[in-house]
Amino acid sequence: MTRALIVDWTACEGRGLCAGLLPEVLTQDKWGYPQNLTPGPILVPDELRGPARQAVRMCPRLALRLESE
Amino acid sequence: MSTDALWYLARGSGVVSLILFTVVVALGIGTRSGRPFAGMNRLVVASVHRSAALLALVFLVIHVVTLLFDPYAQLNLVDVLLPFGSGYRPFWVGLGTLALDLALAVTITSLLRDRIGLRAWKAVHWLAYAMWPIALVHGIGSGTDRSTLWLLAIDAVCVVSVIAVAVSSHPALKATSAPAAPKTLAWRE
Ligand code: HEM
Ligand code: SF4
Repeated sequence: MTRALIVDWTACEGRGLCAGLLPEVLTQDKWGYPQNLTPGPILVPDELRGPARQAVRMCPRLALRLESE
Repeated sequence: MSTDALWYLARGSGVVSLILFTVVVALGIGTRSGRPFAGMNRLVVASVHRSAALLALVFLVIHVVTLLFDPYAQLNLVDVLLPFGSGYRPFWVGLGTLALDLALAVTITSLLRDRIGLRAWKAVHWLAYAMWPIALVHGIGSGTDRSTLWLLAIDAVCVVSVIAVAVSSHPALKATSAPAAPKTLAWRE
């Protein structure tokens, strides 16, 4: 099962911590904001749930949320 | 364990804890700018900041627990948590107690950060700026090693490091280069 990773864009400061943890699904745009590698919502497969949770916990702005958690 | 060994352990763990807290504070300040700091990207800085803080707290607990058993310091459990009541150098030891309380508050709120929210966490985390100098002054004033050259030298290095990081990562010096691509899978837990 995949879950959507939701970015609160008003809180995110684009410092790229999440992209470092989830390079399989995220990259950084040229200002450092997280950017999905594929168009549409950021989908996190089950295998990446650990790093995704870590990103949610460590985001300096608490700007990330995993859907239905 | 002989009381001498306890005494060495108490002093040593206090010094190690101060050095680690210096690293923690320097990394905390260094990561504010959002730029890579000392060649480490943000994720690495955040991970080391967190782990060093937890390790510093472990050494701080060793420091305090060994002093509880030290026949000279004669601390008791109340002195450990309530400042300025100890029989031995009450003011200087009280500063250490205060630093411990602040370190506990900063660490516990950080571990519960996603539950208490960003604003409450930030408000408490600012106490780190008080905690670190208080711990430093406590070390200068209360120990057996006070005013020995090597301890003052360590203190000086700590102060200079934090000031250097604060100055070099100041927003006024902000570079405009694009962020480096993250490459930090090793920091996954
Ligand atoms: C007692 C131990 C600690 C001390 C002395 C300390 C110190 C600091 C300092 C001085 C800052 C800069 C704050 C600012 O001006 O905005 C900071 C930021 C931060 N600290 Fe700590 N800290 C401690 C423990 C922790 C722990 C255990 C965590 C675990 C999650 C943590 C997470 C953070 C985060 C996420 C930031 C913000 C980085 C940012 O704004 O991008 N800290 N810390
Ligand atoms: S870690 Fe948080 S603040 Fe940084 S880019 Fe990701 S969502 Fe934005």
